[in-house]
Amino acid sequence: MIHGLPRAFVLGACLTGSAGAEPPPAGMALVPAGNYAPLFQGKNDPATIRVPAFYIDVRQVTNAEFLGFVRANPNWRRSRVSPLLTETGYLGNWSGDVELGPRAPADSPVVLVSWFAAHAYARWRGLRLPTTAEWERAVSAGFTTENGAAEPTYREAMLDWFSVPTPLVLPPAGSGRPDVYGVRNLMDLVWEWVDDFNSTFVGGDSGDDSGLDRNLVCGAGGTGVRDFTNYPAFLRFEFRSSLGANYVVPNLGFRCARSP
Amino acid sequence: MRSLLLAASWCLGLAALAGCSREGGTTAASGDASVSTLPLEYALFLPAPRVPGPVNRRHPAHVMVDLEVRELVRHLANGVDYTFWTFGGDVPGLFIRVREGDLVEIRLHNHPSSKLPHNIDLHAVIGPGGGAASTITAPGHTSTFSFTALHPGLYVYHCGTAPVPMHVANGMYGLILVEPKDGLPPVDHEYYVMQGEVYTVGRYGEEGLQAFDPDKAGDERPAYVIFNGSVGSLVGENALTAKVGETVRIYFGNGGPNLTSSFHVIGEVLDRVYGDGATRVVDRDVQTVSVAPGSAAIIELETPVPGTFVLVDHALSRAFGKGALGMLKVTGPGNPAVYSGKISDTEYGGTALEVVAAHSASLLGSTSVPSLPDIEDLPGVVPTLEVRMERGRRIFLMACFACHQPDGRGLPGVFPPLAGSDFLKANRERAIRIPLKGLTGEVVVNGKVFNNVMPPQLFTDRQIADVLTYVMNSWGNNFGTVSVDEVKRARGEAK
Repeated sequence: MIHGLPRAFVLGACLTGSAGAEPPPAGMALVPAGNYAPLFQGKNDPATIRVPAFYIDVRQVTNAEFLGFVRANPNWRRSRVSPLLTETGYLGNWSGDVELGPRAPADSPVVLVSWFAAHAYARWRGLRLPTTAEWERAVSAGFTTENGAAEPTYREAMLDWFSVPTPLVLPPAGSGRPDVYGVRNLMDLVWEWVDDFNSTFVGGDSGDDSGLDRNLVCGAGGTGVRDFTNYPAFLRFEFRSSLGANYVVPNLGFRCARSP
Repeated sequence: MRSLLLAASWCLGLAALAGCSREGGTTAASGDASVSTLPLEYALFLPAPRVPGPVNRRHPAHVMVDLEVRELVRHLANGVDYTFWTFGGDVPGLFIRVREGDLVEIRLHNHPSSKLPHNIDLHAVIGPGGGAASTITAPGHTSTFSFTALHPGLYVYHCGTAPVPMHVANGMYGLILVEPKDGLPPVDHEYYVMQGEVYTVGRYGEEGLQAFDPDKAGDERPAYVIFNGSVGSLVGENALTAKVGETVRIYFGNGGPNLTSSFHVIGEVLDRVYGDGATRVVDRDVQTVSVAPGSAAIIELETPVPGTFVLVDHALSRAFGKGALGMLKVTGPGNPAVYSGKISDTEYGGTALEVVAAHSASLLGSTSVPSLPDIEDLPGVVPTLEVRMERGRRIFLMACFACHQPDGRGLPGVFPPLAGSDFLKANRERAIRIPLKGLTGEVVVNGKVFNNVMPPQLFTDRQIADVLTYVMNSWGNNFGTVSVDEVKRARGEAK
């Protein structure tokens, strides 16, 4: 399936190193090791999961950056991409194969990309997609502390995002207020792919894991939930559970990560 | 502005649509839309409060229902906007109307501009999640499933995506009517009214685009309780209408997500109510219908008199200060026999109230004379016959006329006449004892047998004397006046 992908990602291995005091790679921020409390928990699941330190892009991948990937990898042009790897709406807001056009400003996050495409881009850059645990660990940080849930303005910002529809033309990536680690717009610009987006289900048609019946909908979707008040977390999990790896969605982009 | 949407003309202008991916599992041949041999029909949609017309079909059909989920900024109240999540661009969601036994195919199109995935749980569906398990749909995608409408009734449908209270409070609810095979009785008007709650960060009326408040939702403290998606959606020129003498059917649903509605139409009695939307059980003469969140009722009311009839949630703080208020305007000629309108506005009728209170006390079997303020004769002044007759007439018209009738003729076989009564004339002392002691059992008046109960009348001696004087000297009677002393004596003997 990925036979057409570039080999550049192999170089990524060279970038790994110790997570000492060295500064993060350009455009990335360090999220220190910490705990992640999954929304869903079975009786025997640990309350929290240890997440090792990782680097994550401070903003989403932009149209201009993704254009560079497409130019370098003609198989990912709209006209040539394998229909197995994406739905037909792939990069549908671009004007052409290698033209962005008015609906896809260069510095706005790239959207309408499948998981396969996001995955290929990350590898091409020598990076990877963040895991769900990493992404949720990052978004749990607030503007000024490591616990966003304790910062009213942080949760409000998250909820405000749901009170406005998706604009036809997205604003620039990275224009939001940085969180305590320096990461921006995790929860107020577009949704983001994670590497294991389909590992947790709410109300889908499959996805049972760890003995917990996650094939439940409506009120039953709350079964096994630790924190009912975390509406944004529910919304994110539902969003991920609605996706297939070939899906393209007008408000779904991605950012990259890597381990130290 | 909201045009009639014929689903057949729904334009698949979504480049990102992947097509309708059917569920992988197999379904019974008769329930599988893909191999259905039933005649295909497309659901017709009208914006609330309008309702698509009756099915008018004697056979099952394969009904295609195209519902497009749109997240839209809409008017909530004066100066207040809110991003509603909708089934079909409207709150409540489009009214679906099918017939018992129909194969219903739901195509849920989540518009590309949507921020969130959505699904649909129809309470008419028997199957996991009521369809929600098969319809989680990302923005820019379409999910399809089908079901057979096995049970007739009026059912709520709603989004079942977590967090469900948020999806429902944001407007994702509607009604599906599964008509019984023989349909519902014809009526003059059908309307679609649905209640819902909105949990805004701002207080009721706080202007601007409001965000959802999860704390208020968790505590079930909505800032708004609304009919049909906004404050004022059913008032003024948007009111429901009917003419005098018509029958109105309201399909009333409660989207909730949390509060039970006490649906009431001020100034009406609901002639027929199909509680919970179950079409086989009818309640009659209902004042207030309790409609749980996630339930519905079919309400039929007749309109014998004109006027504005106000639809409320009779948990009145919701009607008075949160928006749960609509109107039914009935036009046409009045009918004073049913409702007179205001007859008069006069000075305070305190004297009448005293008499009523005394009469009420007598009916309750009270043995003590109520300490009513009485208009005593001035010392040394003997009231004229005219004054006594007028005082007696007032007492009669408050306490006596209901049985003996204002003209004193009674009711044949039930209440004996006073006018021209040989029974009164024959025995004056007996006549005086009747209001004091009451009278029970058989009596013969003017040759007719009566057998009834008259309770003692708890009036003062003077009032008894006055009313007896009135009775003895009205309608052609000329039996003489009754003095207060005579009444006192009779009362003493009675003890």
